[in-house]
Amino acid sequence: MKRLTLSLAAAACLLTGSVQAGPENNSLNITWGGELATLDRYYNVLREGIIVGRLVWDSLLFKDPETLEFKPLLAKSYSFVDNTTIDFELREGITFHNGELFDADDVVFTLSRMSDPENGVLTQRNVNWIDSVEKLGPYKVRLNMKKPTPIALEFLAGPLLIYPNEYYARVGPEGMGMAPVGTGPYIVTEFKPGVEIKFKRNDDYFKGSPKGKPQIATIHQRTIPDINTQIAELLAGTVDWIWKVPTDQAERMQNRSGLSVVNAQTMRLGYLSFDSSNRTGNGSPVNNVLVRRAISHAIDRDAMVQSLVGGSSRVAHSACHPVQFGCEQDVVVYEYDPRKAKALLAEAGYADGFTIDFHAYRNRPYAEAIMGYLDAVGIKPNLVYLKYAALRDKVYAGEIDFNFMTWGSYSFHDVSAITSHFFKATKDDYARNEQLIADLTLGDSSVDREERKQAYSRALKTIAENAYWLPLFTYNVNYAFSDRLNFVPNADEVPRFYSASWK
Amino acid sequence: MQLFILKRIGLAFLVALFVSFLSFILLRAGGDPAIAMAGEGASEADIEFIRVQFGFDRPVMVQYYDWLSGAVRGDFGQSTYFSSTVAELIAERLPVTLKLGVAALIFAILLAVPLGMIAAVYPNSIIDRTALGLSVLGQALPNFWFALLLIVVFSVWWPLLPPSGNTTWQHFIMPTIVLGYYATPALMRLTRSGMLEVLRSDYIRTARAKGLGPLQVIGKHAMRNAILPAVSLSTVQFGYMLGGSVIIESIFALHGIGQLAWESILRADLATVQAIVLILSLIYVGLNLTGDLLNALLDPRIRVT
Repeated sequence: MKRLTLSLAAAACLLTGSVQAGPENNSLNITWGGELATLDRYYNVLREGIIVGRLVWDSLLFKDPETLEFKPLLAKSYSFVDNTTIDFELREGITFHNGELFDADDVVFTLSRMSDPENGVLTQRNVNWIDSVEKLGPYKVRLNMKKPTPIALEFLAGPLLIYPNEYYARVGPEGMGMAPVGTGPYIVTEFKPGVEIKFKRNDDYFKGSPKGKPQIATIHQRTIPDINTQIAELLAGTVDWIWKVPTDQAERMQNRSGLSVVNAQTMRLGYLSFDSSNRTGNGSPVNNVLVRRAISHAIDRDAMVQSLVGGSSRVAHSACHPVQFGCEQDVVVYEYDPRKAKALLAEAGYADGFTIDFHAYRNRPYAEAIMGYLDAVGIKPNLVYLKYAALRDKVYAGEIDFNFMTWGSYSFHDVSAITSHFFKATKDDYARNEQLIADLTLGDSSVDREERKQAYSRALKTIAENAYWLPLFTYNVNYAFSDRLNFVPNADEVPRFYSASWK
Repeated sequence: MQLFILKRIGLAFLVALFVSFLSFILLRAGGDPAIAMAGEGASEADIEFIRVQFGFDRPVMVQYYDWLSGAVRGDFGQSTYFSSTVAELIAERLPVTLKLGVAALIFAILLAVPLGMIAAVYPNSIIDRTALGLSVLGQALPNFWFALLLIVVFSVWWPLLPPSGNTTWQHFIMPTIVLGYYATPALMRLTRSGMLEVLRSDYIRTARAKGLGPLQVIGKHAMRNAILPAVSLSTVQFGYMLGGSVIIESIFALHGIGQLAWESILRADLATVQAIVLILSLIYVGLNLTGDLLNALLDPRIRVT
C-alpha cells in the first residue's frame, strides 16, 4: 500500500508538473472567467480590464476605497480654478516601465487623445466631458471641462489612466494592448489574449503613492471560463484566488481548511421598472400609480435577501445604491403587505388582477420569486427572459412596460451614475417627469455639494412617492482564496492585488 | 462519375452558403450587437458610437455582401473584440481543437472497436453485457458533468492531472476521455453488429474449416470487413467532435476554437462567430462529401442514383 501511495505521488508530480505558488516564492496565482482581448484600458469594457488597469497604470488622482476620499496620485496636488477648470501639479521623478520620464506632456497627450471622438474610446462617457487639456509647465497642467461636471474627480481617479506619450504615439492602441507600459505597481511580462497574463512587481514604484508599496513579487493570471473548474483549481492548490463564486458553493467552501471565503457588497442594484408614462402606448396597468404601489407592497424583499440573494446584500428603498453620494434614504418605504397590495389593486379597478409581460435577463430564480409574490395578489406575470442586449434594445425602443434589471453604476460613488441615467429624459427613462428631470439636471451640473444633495433628495423622493421604480436589493460577490493570503475586498468590486500580501 | 462529383461539390457549396447566410441573419436577430459590445451599463452615446463605428447601422444584406466578398478571399475581417484579424485568431486556436478532436477520435476507436469485437465474439455473455452497459453510460452521462467528475477525482481528490489549460499533453488527457467517450457507444454498437454479421458469413466458415485459429479468423479475415461501417461513421463523428468541443473546451479552459466560439457569442463578436460557423460547416460538409465520394467509388450503384 505504501509503495502504491509513493508511486501515485511520483506520478502526480510527473503529470501535474510544478505549478506551486504561494508564500514560499512570494508569487500569486489567480484566475477569472472574462477573456481580455486587449489590455489597453480605453479599448476594453470588462471589469477584469479595470483590475489590470489599476495594477499597470496610475491615474492623476486616487480614491481611497475605505474613506472614499480623493487623494493625489500622479498629481501632487489639484485645485479647482472655477466650476469647469482644474489645475494639477504633477509629481516629479516618476518613470514609466520602459524608462520614459513622466511629465505634463504625458497627461496632455493621454487626455487629449482619448477625449477626441475620432480615436474611438469605447466608453465615451468617461471622456466626453473634457474640453481641452493645456500644459502650463513641465509638471503643471490645466483641464477644461465642457460644462460643470461634479463627478469629474471620479473619472480622474478611475478610468482615466495616464499613458506614456512617446511610446503610445509609436505603438498605438494595438501595441499598448499587447505590451502595456505604465507607471503602476506591476509590470506585464507576458500577455496571451484571453489565455493568461503574467505580472512582476515594479520595484521602482514611486514612494509616497497612496496605493502603497506592492508586496507580492509575481502574479500569474489564467482565464478559466467555468467557475466549477476554477473551484477545482483552488481546491487542488494550483490557484490561490478566485471570485464570483455562487452563494451555494461559497457556503460549502466556508468550512474547508486552508481557504478564506469572504462575501462583499458590490455597487450593483436590482430594480423593477414600470412604464409610468405610457411610453409603450399600450395603456398598461402599471401606468396607474396605485398599481405600481400595489406591486411594491406585494413583494417581500427582506425574505428574498435572506433566503435567495444572501451574503451582505441588503434591501434598497431609494433608486440608488446606499453608499453613493446623494442617495437620500428618507423616502417612502413600501413594506411587504399583500393585503394592502390587494386593496390598492381593487381601488385601481383591478380587483381580479391582470396579466402582464414581465421581462428579465439575469438571476432567473429572483425573477421567479417576484412572480410568485405577484401571483399571490392576483397579478399573472408572463416571464419573458431575454439576453441583455435584446432586452436593452427593447427598453430603448420604448416597448417594455414592466421589467427586472440591474445596474452597476460603473462603480461610481455618486447618484448621477444611476438616478440621472434612468430618469433624465434618457432612452431608459419611463417616468418622463419634468420636475424630476429639472432636479436631476441641477444635481448633475452644480458643484455645490449641498445644493446637489438637496436636488437629488427631491428627485429620489419623487421617484419613491410615485413608485417609478421599485428598488429591490444590492448585490454581493463571493471571493475565495488561500487563508495565507492577506486580501481585503472593496465595495466597488475592483480587487486590488497591489495591496495583497502573504502572511 | 465526373458529373456525380461536380453535382456533389456544387451541393456542398450551396449548403455552406446557406449555413453562412442563416447564421448571419440569426446572429443579428438576437439583439443589437452594439449593445452587447459596449457591455452592460454603457450609455446611449457609447452604444450609438459603436453602432456607427462598426457599421451595424447599415442594412443587413449590405453587411452580408461585404462579409461574403471578403470571406471568399479568405478575409474574415477584424474581430470586434480581440485586437487581431479573425483569420489570425482561428489560425491560433484551430490547432488545439483539431488536436483534441483527433485524440478523442483515436481514443473512441481504440475503446469502441475492441469492445465491439469482443462483444460480438461472445454475444450475450457477461463481456457483451458489460460493453453494452458502458456504451449506455457513455450516452447517458451529460458530458459537462462527466468532465467535472473527472476533475474532482483526478485533480482534487487525487492530484494526478492538471484541471485546466493546454500547455502540456497531460492537459489533454481528461478532455480527450470526455469527448471520446461520448462517441464510443455508436462506434461500438456498429462494430458489434458488423462483426456479428461477418462472423455468420460463408467465407469465415470456410476459413475456420481450413483449420485457421480464432485469432487469425477474427483478426485477419473478419475485422477488416466488420469495422468498415464504423470507420465511415467515425469521419462524421470527427465533425461532431469539433462542434461538440465548445463545452469541453470551456470547462477545461483549452482555449481552442470551441471556447473562442463561446466567448465570441457572449461578446457579440459577430465576425468571429460567423467565421467559426463557416469553417466548422465547411469541415462537416467536406467530411460528408469525402464519405459520399468514397462510397461512390466503392459502390457503383450509388453513382447512378
